[in-house]
Amino acid sequence: MPQLGETVTEGTVARWLKRPGENVDKYEPFVEVSTDKVNADVPSPVAGTIRELIVAEGETVPTGAPIAVIDEVGAPAAAPSPAIPTDKGGPTPLQQAAPRAETAVLPVPATTQRSNGAAVNGMRVSPAVRRLAREHAVDVATVHGTGANGRVTAADVIAAATATTTRTAPISPPAAVIPRGANEVERPSRNEPPPPVQGLIPLSPARRLIARRMVESKHAAPHAWTMVEVDVTDLWAWRMAEKDAFEREHGLKLTLLPFFMFAVTKSLRAFPLMNASFHENGIEVHASVNLGIATATDESLVVPVVRNAEERSIRGIALAAGALIDKARRGKLGVDDLSGGTFTVNNNGAAGSILSAPILVPGQAGIATMEAVVKRPVVRNDAIAIRSMMNVCLSLDHRVVDGAIASGFLADLKKRLEAMGPAGAL
Amino acid sequence: MSEAKTVPEASMVPERAQDNRDPVPGFDASSEGGPHALGVGGAEPGAERLSNVEAVRLALHEAMVADERVLVMGEDVGARGNVFLITKGFLEEFGAKRVVDMPLAEASIVGVAVGMAMQGLRPVAEIQFADFIYPAFNQIVGEAAKTRYRSNGDYSCPLVIRTPYGGGVHGALSHSISIEALFYHVPGLKIVAPSTPRDIKGLLTAAIEDPDPVLFLEHKKTYRSVKGEVPAGHFTIPIGKADVKKTGTQATVVSYGYNLHQALDAAAQLEGEGISVEVIDLRSIRPMDKTAILTSVRKTRKLLIIHEDNKFGGIGAEISAMVAEEALFDLDAPIRRLCGPDVPAMGYAQPLEDAFMISTERMRAAMAELVAF
Repeated sequence: MPQLGETVTEGTVARWLKRPGENVDKYEPFVEVSTDKVNADVPSPVAGTIRELIVAEGETVPTGAPIAVIDEVGAPAAAPSPAIPTDKGGPTPLQQAAPRAETAVLPVPATTQRSNGAAVNGMRVSPAVRRLAREHAVDVATVHGTGANGRVTAADVIAAATATTTRTAPISPPAAVIPRGANEVERPSRNEPPPPVQGLIPLSPARRLIARRMVESKHAAPHAWTMVEVDVTDLWAWRMAEKDAFEREHGLKLTLLPFFMFAVTKSLRAFPLMNASFHENGIEVHASVNLGIATATDESLVVPVVRNAEERSIRGIALAAGALIDKARRGKLGVDDLSGGTFTVNNNGAAGSILSAPILVPGQAGIATMEAVVKRPVVRNDAIAIRSMMNVCLSLDHRVVDGAIASGFLADLKKRLEAMGPAGAL
Repeated sequence: MSEAKTVPEASMVPERAQDNRDPVPGFDASSEGGPHALGVGGAEPGAERLSNVEAVRLALHEAMVADERVLVMGEDVGARGNVFLITKGFLEEFGAKRVVDMPLAEASIVGVAVGMAMQGLRPVAEIQFADFIYPAFNQIVGEAAKTRYRSNGDYSCPLVIRTPYGGGVHGALSHSISIEALFYHVPGLKIVAPSTPRDIKGLLTAAIEDPDPVLFLEHKKTYRSVKGEVPAGHFTIPIGKADVKKTGTQATVVSYGYNLHQALDAAAQLEGEGISVEVIDLRSIRPMDKTAILTSVRKTRKLLIIHEDNKFGGIGAEISAMVAEEALFDLDAPIRRLCGPDVPAMGYAQPLEDAFMISTERMRAAMAELVAF
């Protein structure tokens, strides 16, 4: 089981892409792995034939545990090679010699004797063995173990290192770390019962992560909440005027979201403390505005991040956000798409909500929601007028900012949104 | 309480012991000469061959002669000359002001000694058996260990608390326990548990000369069963230094007390089978010689800790944690501990005592298994 992230300790085999007896090319994805952070296709470390799938679909095992055995092409039949993806660790002579890897999954092919029936034991390496193997560029799987049950001992590694030029293991190119959306995650294996309509639903890695982060956030950050109502009549008109041309040009629906994000970005520049993170040793004010977009998928919630929003036009934000939301819905978001957010927006109004109290993304000082745009009678120049109104709600980390700044931020945002109209440039 | 303390003297006399003047628990004629003989070869000029109990006596005597501030105090240390005859003749030689019989009140023995130490004397307080030390816990932990810190360095507490500990002598519930783990959690308190006559002489001398409180543990089963050469004259062994008693390459064994001698025997047997085990005598429990342990573990990559004291929260737990913190990537096997069982006490009946004490055979098997891992 490869380690798909520094803090990841276990992974779930989501789906086998290859079955026993099927051939697999080197670097060809042969298994989809799901962790609480990401989903990824794991490339085969070697070319060969799948001999055995050790871990069943849906089963969760610790990182480093063997998940399959691949008979390597050209290897003696008696010595099939269990695929043992190692953790990413620090650079080793082995890895330095390999092409630069952007991401973490470095499955090292291994050939070891599985004939003694102690294969699982045989593949557990002690910390000393792991370290020595790296230092001496020895592939542990090729070393004859003299320990109990054929375990490879530290002395065995040293002996192997000094004995001959050891076979170096090829390193796979960066694996695509691709989280998947719910529609793919919930692919059940054939013999699995349908999800219960009542009773206990097992936690998916994504659900578990969401639960943990929500509790973390609520626990660590004292949430305060405030709201303004915004007259978006002109903004709405602008959006309607641009909508068709935009869709023709970009194949993308133009919603209010990019307008909102644009205005939020401007307001964050005016109130930089809203674009900040609380640390015990101080408040980190972020140089750029990386706007997260809370995005619901069928079973999960992800927050892809539009980076450097302050450098983008409304159109630029719309395109970037559109691409991310599309990736999220297709379950194709990568780690980079999901990290580095400094503030989050949430288009709750899309589902009809007129008021919500969002939970902060851990590490961010604020999260703002766009609620539903509704036509309401309001007083304008001492007369009743029908206007398109939208509530904007803000949760803030009270450790970072106080009410005055938050109110100032919202007032500024309101002013900007209300000033937007058909005369503007996208 | 007083009865409990006087009865054992008689009850613990091995029936086969002929010398009624020397009714010492731990004396076992059948093991005279020791489970193995340390320091037999390489006798230094002027070196004496002594038992552990004689080494204690010699160190105390030399210290009393050399420094008038040194005094011994405790139950039966005066007229009786100590239940193991360690201070026999001291009362006549040094007088009642420096050889003080104390009432059966351990809190007072240590408490008075703390006051003496703070005022410039060098008391060596004796707790007759380690099992009786509980009433003095507050005086040791709450007073002696904190004196220097509490007074911001204005006062120190140059106190030695000597006490025989350990089992295997049919001492049953009140004359068998090991107490090191009860005290090694306490900063400000040094704990020493030497196992050979030379180490006892050097470390007891160092403890008496040390400016801070030292708990000095003497395994009573080694009192007469272990003998070895002791250099003549004044010498000290630094507190906090372990000693590699046997070098080896395939596993490190850390032990102390009576177990150390068994571990050396087991290692010697294995040596004959081509298995090479390094045996470290911890000697000082606190400060602990991390360097010696880590150096050896980094060489052998495997560690077995053996002690008679209960396993849970014992000295082995601290050593394990320290090695895991400092040398994880040198380890080629899980750290092993071979310790006394987690039962409330050592029973009197032979099968119960045997079940508690770790046999040399068990040590040998554990070492062989670890090397084979």
